Amino acid sequence: MKPFLEVKNLSVTFPTEDGLVKASNDISFSVARGETLAVVGESGSGKSVTSLAVMGLHNRKSAIISGQAILNLPTGPVDTISASPDVVRKLRGKSMAMIFQDPMSALHPYYTIGDQISEAWKLYNEGSRADGIKRAVEMLDLVGIPAADKRVKEFPHQFSGGMRQRVMIAMALVNNPSLLIADEPTTALDVTVQSQILQLLRQMQKEFNMAVILITHDLGVVAEVADRACVMYAGKIVEQSNINEIYYKPDHPYTMGLLNSIPRLDQMEGRRLQAIPGQPPSLISLPAGCAFRARCTYSKLVPNNRCATEVPELNEKFANHFSRCHLSEAQLTQARASLEVHS
Amino acid sequence: MLKFLAKRLSATVVVLVLVSVSVFMIFSFLPIDPARLTCGKGCSAPVIEANRHRLGLDVPVQVQYGRFVKGFFAGRTYGEGGARLSCPAPAFGYSFNRHECVTQLLKEAFPVTFSLAIGAFIIWILMGVSLGIVAARRQGKWQDKSATAFVLVGISLPTFVSGILILIFALKLGLINPIDMGRWVSPFTDPVAWFKNFMLPWITLALIFAATYTRFTRANVIETSSEDYIRTARAKGLSEGVILRKHTLRAALAPIITIAGLDFAGLLGGAIITEQVYNLPGLGRLSLRSVLIDYDLPTILATTLLAATFYVVANLVVDILYAYIDPRVRVG
Repeated sequence: MKPFLEVKNLSVTFPTEDGLVKASNDISFSVARGETLAVVGESGSGKSVTSLAVMGLHNRKSAIISGQAILNLPTGPVDTISASPDVVRKLRGKSMAMIFQDPMSALHPYYTIGDQISEAWKLYNEGSRADGIKRAVEMLDLVGIPAADKRVKEFPHQFSGGMRQRVMIAMALVNNPSLLIADEPTTALDVTVQSQILQLLRQMQKEFNMAVILITHDLGVVAEVADRACVMYAGKIVEQSNINEIYYKPDHPYTMGLLNSIPRLDQMEGRRLQAIPGQPPSLISLPAGCAFRARCTYSKLVPNNRCATEVPELNEKFANHFSRCHLSEAQLTQARASLEVHS
Repeated sequence: MLKFLAKRLSATVVVLVLVSVSVFMIFSFLPIDPARLTCGKGCSAPVIEANRHRLGLDVPVQVQYGRFVKGFFAGRTYGEGGARLSCPAPAFGYSFNRHECVTQLLKEAFPVTFSLAIGAFIIWILMGVSLGIVAARRQGKWQDKSATAFVLVGISLPTFVSGILILIFALKLGLINPIDMGRWVSPFTDPVAWFKNFMLPWITLALIFAATYTRFTRANVIETSSEDYIRTARAKGLSEGVILRKHTLRAALAPIITIAGLDFAGLLGGAIITEQVYNLPGLGRLSLRSVLIDYDLPTILATTLLAATFYVVANLVVDILYAYIDPRVRVG
């Protein structure tokens, strides 16, 4: 069976006065129902842009898009990139749903929670306002909001951040979507609330058998819920693999750098966290060769200065483990070893 | 809600007392003697003194103020015997220049000003808000550019220029009869004549406000469109029309209620220039004449107080409306 979402060679470019911003560049991945794909990367690496393009929520006036994002619906495949805005709109909420980073501002301040959820429900279901509110109460109950029948009449500002994110999840799931894109769903929340929300997402995924794309910059979040991960850098996927290999067998210096920069409880005390030196390159004038070269500790090891002249391909280094690096496997193994020595 | 209302109402009363005291104080310090102005050049000192007594200007200012307040609630009588004049409550005083109780003057002028304000208000709200929405939705297109041009012209043209231009055009085209100008016709006796009388003043007054409101609405709609909750609405699968009507406009137009309420209230105190250009006998012209020509203290005091009252009451109404629209500012 085909995965529910197949993204193929998706590129999103924004023309600006200074030149073309290649926000996401030749992205391909797929997610099946019941599976969670994490898209990891720092700010500006193209994570959100890619998912907004899949949802058809990008700015149509200012973005140039190429590639495909195919939803394999029971009625047949639909490419949300080439389909008309109206067709894509009718997929939103029903076949694919999205939750956002900041639950504080993502809910309309003037409408009650119940109205906002039932509005989403009524788009794809026949029923009165009372039916919609009843459905909203069920959903709020499901996402773990206590006294849902009372709180359904309240406004967003009467909810805490974590509760609002639960409301967002309830609203996104009200029409039983097959794909949920969660764009940094826990970034704006307290750490304790973060793990509750992640748990809820996992539970909901089981309940609705959804394909989930989890966009995050936090590898800790990834470890908790994802099955597979795409690591993005400067608009491109630099490594893609199942979650175990990302952590235990990272095959790209950038992934290694990310892992090196998160604190771990099982590591010895007194160790300094290793930052990746430098800044990501401008997306307008990407350097020739590897975009990560300027920040990469190992680029000198590659003969003929290939890192500066030749863009590395995304190669399948191991089964279902892709990485975009010129280093030989022996060199990468060595780099991995030094990572472990650090720890 | 009741507590809130009580609090706001008492604040309103305090403001009005302060306004009346200030106006009283200003007049007592002015180097103008109202008693001297009651009669012509050949006036003798005893006559002036007699008039001063009749006007109640021979007592200290705080006593004058006390009499004013008492008169407002209980009515007021001036002079004795055959020269006795009385104004029933609510009395703002007696205008010796016009030989009429000020309340009567206000009663005559207010319907004119109200007619002018309400008609202009409807025009500018309809025009400004719809132009603003169109401009925001067609950002950068010709609709937006024309709206910007309109805003520029509307804001740059002072009312006395646009008013006179409109007046000249209307006269040249024979749209109005100059004889009818400034004749007050109640809409209840002759609605058509009323409408014709006010058409040009409405347009003149609405023009400048419509320009401001277009700009304001445009900016608000554009800003609200980029809010996260609009993106959420889109992610739900709502159509653009529903998003605009239900989600964007609700939030974008809420602040317009505030300024609209205050602008309207400001006009109820009299649109001085427009009334002057079109010779409308409203509160604006009454104030202007009282200040510039007659030094008519009771009338000035009354129009000032009236304008202040409209303003503070409008503030209160706007606050209540806002609480109704935006749940975040609701109390209790």
